[in-house]
Amino acid sequence: MPRIGTDEWVEQQELRTEYYTGLTAPARRAFDRVGPGPRFLTFLAICALFPFLTDSPFLIRVGVNVLLFALLALGLNIVVGWAGLLDLGYVAFYGFGAYMYAWVSSGQFDIHLPTELAIPLVVTASALLGLLLGLPSWRLVGDYLAITTLFFAQIFVELALNLDRLQLPWMDEPLDLTGGPNGIPGIDRMDILGIELPGVRDYFFLLLIVFALVVIGLYYVNESRTGRGWRASREDPLAAELMTTPVNRLKLLAFAMGAAIAGLSGSIFAAVQTGVFPQNFEVVLLIMIYAALILGGAGSISGAILGAIIVASVPEILRTPENARFLFYAAAIAVLVATVRPWQRLAVVVAAVVAFGAVLYQLVALAWPVGVEGELTGGRFSGLLESWMVIPAENQELIGNIAFVLLVASVLTLTLLRGDARLMLLVPTLYLASFVWENRLIAQPSVTRQLLFGAILVAMMTRRPHGLLGTPRVENPV
Amino acid sequence: MDFFVQQLVNGVTLGSVYALIALGYSMVYGILKLLNFAHGEVYMMGAFIGYFVLTGLGGASSPMLPVAPVLILMFLAAMLGAGLLGVVIERFAYRPLRDAPRIAPLISAIGVSFFLQASALLLFSAQFRTYNTPQLIPFSTGLEVGPLRISLVRMLVIGSSIFLMIALTLLVNRTRLGKAMRAVSYDREAAAMMGIDVDRVIVATFFIGSVLAGAAGVMVGLVFERVFHFMGFIAGLKGFTAAVIGGIGNIPGAMLGGLLIGLAEAFSSSYISSTFQNLIVFGILITVMLVRPSGLLGSPVLKKV
Repeated sequence: MPRIGTDEWVEQQELRTEYYTGLTAPARRAFDRVGPGPRFLTFLAICALFPFLTDSPFLIRVGVNVLLFALLALGLNIVVGWAGLLDLGYVAFYGFGAYMYAWVSSGQFDIHLPTELAIPLVVTASALLGLLLGLPSWRLVGDYLAITTLFFAQIFVELALNLDRLQLPWMDEPLDLTGGPNGIPGIDRMDILGIELPGVRDYFFLLLIVFALVVIGLYYVNESRTGRGWRASREDPLAAELMTTPVNRLKLLAFAMGAAIAGLSGSIFAAVQTGVFPQNFEVVLLIMIYAALILGGAGSISGAILGAIIVASVPEILRTPENARFLFYAAAIAVLVATVRPWQRLAVVVAAVVAFGAVLYQLVALAWPVGVEGELTGGRFSGLLESWMVIPAENQELIGNIAFVLLVASVLTLTLLRGDARLMLLVPTLYLASFVWENRLIAQPSVTRQLLFGAILVAMMTRRPHGLLGTPRVENPV
Repeated sequence: MDFFVQQLVNGVTLGSVYALIALGYSMVYGILKLLNFAHGEVYMMGAFIGYFVLTGLGGASSPMLPVAPVLILMFLAAMLGAGLLGVVIERFAYRPLRDAPRIAPLISAIGVSFFLQASALLLFSAQFRTYNTPQLIPFSTGLEVGPLRISLVRMLVIGSSIFLMIALTLLVNRTRLGKAMRAVSYDREAAAMMGIDVDRVIVATFFIGSVLAGAAGVMVGLVFERVFHFMGFIAGLKGFTAAVIGGIGNIPGAMLGGLLIGLAEAFSSSYISSTFQNLIVFGILITVMLVRPSGLLGSPVLKKV
């Protein structure tokens, strides 16, 4: 818990001098001694190696998504994390950038600008739009600003959907601006300084360069007078204004910079996808970007990047049942290792779960033989689960649903219990979790993704309200 | 003129449902300064509970009981179920975040919303369910004034939401609990020092707000018939909008905001253009926000040094 009167800098100073214990302590101390520059370079180097480690276009596409998300989260971080303005219209800038790029480099109006011209144009236009839509922040505060900007996001989607037959008084033919629900297909690939970018891999490198430049830029902006001005007006706008900080101008600047980054990533997104469609820019995306930023820790550059990696990559790994099963059990064990200490107790819990399953399996086989005759979904690792996991051949869905409700109830109860009672309940809960997983969830990856995403958000927030890498700070009650 | 009145009735029906949802948002905001994004999902669960009570009692075509007890049971079950759900959400997703930065409970709320939506998809599947209201209460029954017809279902919805709103107003203004709620929303710390059990008041607020959402769910099921796992999102957005337009945290404001949005939707879709219906509604709302930055009935935000 942050103490009253401790400001961000003091808080970080304490973190810097924190004394680590345990086996990982030397590594963590060494990590702390490395400055942000070398750390970031190492990160970039690992990212740059990634496309050489895999041939799968799917994985590289996931990498592109991660970088796009990271850019979006960084842009949002300016507005939400630094300037403290709750902007729920952020995704409109991303969409605007994508559509703007589509207008100037596709067959829609038969304009094919060179990429070196198109990108600055899109970025400038997005920044101007950001200035315009940032104007309400002069008058509206907090949640009222949030709802108004959310209207902008909704209006953008509505316009994209409906501006396909715009009848202007001085024109004979209706004007097709956005292609309506079908979007604008056939967008040109990018071509920068004579280097063509035909494949997804090339866009990965382009995005990596853009990402590096943006991160470096933002790092210096954050340290600058402007960055301090943002933080000051976030903490207390009135006091900041009295200290001659140009609060309103800084708000607009935050909006414009965030919008410029969003527009830039939008244009790259349009080129990667070679098309833009209204459903790419809906509120769900906005929620994902917010989740990335808040999970990582609002106000922190590395936090935004970490959050983007988690939010954009974890759901993709869950897509195939084999990977999903592996990930599920790996994650379960990781959570156990992180929460149950010391290791003797952990060993007891794991052994108890294995024994519990084996006994239950035999009991069910005796009492209701049909109950164990079902087939496991997905091939890999299924041999290990035989004669442990109960898979009913009849009423699987109904039993799975009841088990799901029971699981939610027992997980919630777990959070209330302490000590031995918690361990006692943990054993059946773990078995129940794998039962629900094998019987119900593994066959429905999209539902599972959403369930897990929601659960992770709640669990993360209740454990670390300031995000993984965020700094705890005291807020004034409104 | 008849068409106008017909649209007025449609707008009021829609508006009263939005108002009920908005009340839940507004009450929770008033006390915790939290945008409870999971509220729309509570409403969706209420609609599903109503549906399952109806099917459990034999379905709309051959109910085991007369119509009135069926309806009362549906409403009671949905309201109770939704209320309990609201209390559970508060206990596990928001209470640990009471003193966290304001954006943290917001993200937690979004997580709850995702989780409930996916749970509904898992438990009830993606198919659309229908209440089949015409078989329960034929749409032809109702009040007829000249060429104008108001079906019984709509009258029921408008009537019961007015009843609920009056009950809520009395509760907030005339009871000890209501007084405690107003005190907590004014200043939580001071209220705690005066001996008010703040946790209990917050739980009660969540319960009442969610009860209203559950009732709204059944009403929407009765009027528009279709119930599905995604219905909470849009309705939640509209309810939230209504709450903010009216001045969030302000109870009469939420009612006014809901009514306004319902009317704006009904009239813009019938008189102007159905494609640009949402655009017009959002345009009106932005104008309202810019003219009155803290909502229609909200008090302006005080600047403290």
